[in-house]
Amino acid sequence: MNIGLFIPCYIDQLYPQVGIATLQVLERLGLSVTYPANQTCCGQPMANSGFEHLTQGTSHNFVTNFSEFDYIVCPSGSCTLHIKDHLHDEGHPDKAFSIRKKTFELTEFLTDVIGIKKLAAHFPHKVGLHQSCHGLRGLGLTQMSELMAPPFSKPESLLNMVTGLELIELERKDECCGFGGTFCVFEEAVSVKMGQDRIADHSNHGAEYITGVDMSCLMHLEGILRRQKSKVKVIHIAEILNSVTK
Amino acid sequence: MTPQNKTHSELAEKFNRDVERVNWHDKTLWFVREKRDKAAHQIAEWEQLREAASQIKNNVLSNLHEYLIEFEKNALNHGIYVHWASTDQEHNEIVHSIIKKHGVKHMVKSKSMLTEECGLNEYLHKQGIEVVDTDLGERIVQLANEPPSHIVLPCIHWKKEEIGELFHQHLGTPKGNADPQFLTAAARVHLRQHFLTSRVALTGVNFALAETGEIIVCTNEGNADLGVQLADVHIASMGIEKIIPKRKHLSVFLRLLARSATGQPITTYSSHFQKPREGQEMHIVLVDNGRSERLASDNFRNALKCIRCGACFNTCPVYRRSGGHSYHTAVAGPIGSILAPGFDMAKNADLPFASTLCGSCTNVCPVKIDIHDQLYKWRQVLVKNGHTTASKKTGMNVMSQVLSHPMVYRFSGAIGRWVLRMMPFMVNNKFNPWYKQREMPKASSQSFRSWYLNQRKHEQ
Amino acid sequence: MAAVKKNQPAMIELPVLTFAGDTSIDLKAQFINTLTGIGGLVIEVNEIKEVGDYIKSTFPEPARIVNTITNLDFGLEILNFKSNPHDFSNVTVAIMHGEFGVAENGAIWLTDANMGDQALPYICEHLVLIINKNSIVPTLHEAYDKIGSSTYNLGTFLAGPSKTADIEQSLVLGAHGSKSLIVFLRS
Repeated sequence: MNIGLFIPCYIDQLYPQVGIATLQVLERLGLSVTYPANQTCCGQPMANSGFEHLTQGTSHNFVTNFSEFDYIVCPSGSCTLHIKDHLHDEGHPDKAFSIRKKTFELTEFLTDVIGIKKLAAHFPHKVGLHQSCHGLRGLGLTQMSELMAPPFSKPESLLNMVTGLELIELERKDECCGFGGTFCVFEEAVSVKMGQDRIADHSNHGAEYITGVDMSCLMHLEGILRRQKSKVKVIHIAEILNSVTK
Repeated sequence: MTPQNKTHSELAEKFNRDVERVNWHDKTLWFVREKRDKAAHQIAEWEQLREAASQIKNNVLSNLHEYLIEFEKNALNHGIYVHWASTDQEHNEIVHSIIKKHGVKHMVKSKSMLTEECGLNEYLHKQGIEVVDTDLGERIVQLANEPPSHIVLPCIHWKKEEIGELFHQHLGTPKGNADPQFLTAAARVHLRQHFLTSRVALTGVNFALAETGEIIVCTNEGNADLGVQLADVHIASMGIEKIIPKRKHLSVFLRLLARSATGQPITTYSSHFQKPREGQEMHIVLVDNGRSERLASDNFRNALKCIRCGACFNTCPVYRRSGGHSYHTAVAGPIGSILAPGFDMAKNADLPFASTLCGSCTNVCPVKIDIHDQLYKWRQVLVKNGHTTASKKTGMNVMSQVLSHPMVYRFSGAIGRWVLRMMPFMVNNKFNPWYKQREMPKASSQSFRSWYLNQRKHEQ
Repeated sequence: MAAVKKNQPAMIELPVLTFAGDTSIDLKAQFINTLTGIGGLVIEVNEIKEVGDYIKSTFPEPARIVNTITNLDFGLEILNFKSNPHDFSNVTVAIMHGEFGVAENGAIWLTDANMGDQALPYICEHLVLIINKNSIVPTLHEAYDKIGSSTYNLGTFLAGPSKTADIEQSLVLGAHGSKSLIVFLRS
């Protein structure tokens, strides 16, 4: 099994530690992982803003970089969803189609493809799990509260394997954080209000860390937390899963 | 009245200045979402009901022409007058002509979002006809000279003290009395007079049955029924998409409607009007107003399945924190944001962007409208039709160029990070909307790619 | 209309509905529970006379009481069917039969054949409905089976007293329809 590591552009530039943690988690499981060095971006920022017609370049670059792998794994629910739903390459439609089927977000890859049952990870803190919307409702990583259906959660099942970690309850367990791509600047007032409300929910229940599968949500929450001079920190789930006692 | 030329984002920003009020509005509507969840949990077959409702509506849209013919035939056989209106203007003219024929200057109206869409009240007012909205929430906003902010809970944005003050001014209730029980009783007396003196009653239509030519009107207050029973003329306004094929299908829709809307098992009254009462004239006005055009669109047709329950409003984190008036359209919220651009693209170009595409709306919708997918698709349509700013267009073009070329991307990324680290004042200022209430992310000195290539080099 | 025909998409078949309520549960208990929960009052009686006794004691003179049931024989006004709805604007109590009840939502189905005057159920201050306690069906699916293809001027599912929560989501019983609903379940 050879795995192509898809690192979202903003993680590559701003949160490389998330990429590092993702790589190390996979390699520690004995998997063979390659990072195609010419990848750039999945194209989501343009597409969600109404400029899907400008994503041929990014889509084509994605196909060029990733068509050879058995699986493509990405530490981002929204980027993964975008590829799964919207990847098109007019020059190579078959390759694009095949990529859509083999691209996975990290936690779903670990639970569904690898099927891991235990992790050697230790994170002795109170953690709040933020259910990023694209991963939640788009990829089905966790059962959404809107549906009358049996509960499950892939990220939560992995966090439950981490020793010392206490997962806190929330009042609204899957309300959106308000990032929403360009929404975060074009509807700044509502975006920040939503973020503040999410943070209050986590704080009120004693979270020391807020985690999730999408660094974009966490980046938005972190911006607010730091402005509030809060002690609460954000951490990507890959980093928690990679918290191995040396 | 809400300024018509402001965008959702501007109006929402204003709404958010009163933090206590936003919190209250948000909590109140979340409570309604929770009531919906509780009610839905009690129905083991809830998801199958949604699927059935969705499929029935899909069938309706694919056979609408036949069903409309069948409906008209059956309604006519029962002595009901059937009128067809292509546009909102035509609807208003037809309604007016019926009223005029009876020499009436004063009438009562129960809740009808269609009449909001057509601007009926304003039109009739100009013709010298007084229209009294009899739903309590609608009467409140009518007295306040405002449009409703929610299709099911019209004055959800009003606090009881404010309603008390409004009633004190218009109904003469004691100043400072904000007791909902007392105020409702006062409204009962006040509106009773209007019921007893109105010869014309206009209602909306929740469902219209092709099989029997009957219309169904659901209320909790009984205002639609009381108005109709005391009137000489019953006018019912409906969009052509409100058709349901058979009476037995109502079991599916009535089980879903009130539970989705307010968490009740059923509204107090679900009245099936099949024939006019003896001596009464009954008219049904069927309105197109862009619906047949939308029917042709594969992307946007599904919005016609809507049964106007309002569940999408209650679940939308953006609606809860911006209020219905921020949407500057008759029907607000998520469903409004996919309907309004169809009516007027230029005026409503901002609405599909008033969303994070979280998808909650799609999953509470009792008829499974793909609301958040349509929001995404509308964004593409709006940009293609030029409803975007020049700066946004330029910005996106630049972004697309940068992100399509690996070397340019890496170079730009490095520069961006350098600026963030070395010259934070370039972005930490009032021109950066992110920075208004958030710190910028910390820029690392090394990208993941650099780290990775360095690692691989050292491993060799 | 031509536009509709032209624009409608390819035919999608109607689903076959296979929903059925659970008839093994105590339907009467669920009905009473649900209706009480939405503000209705339910009283079980064996004879129709008990209805009259209850009304007499609960609504003393000068209450104006109208009923459409001919064997409710205790000196109450019997309805003249050819009246003007406005004549009923000051009715305190209206009494009529319902056809059957629905357990899942506490609703009762009745038509203009039961109402006497169609305005009566809505214009009265207090509404009294009498149904047979064995007439309760589990869900609306069975309800519409029972209604079948019958015709009427007006048919309604009536569930509880009129109400509103338009003022800050505070539930108030008694909006424009009746302020209370009393249901007698008779054997």
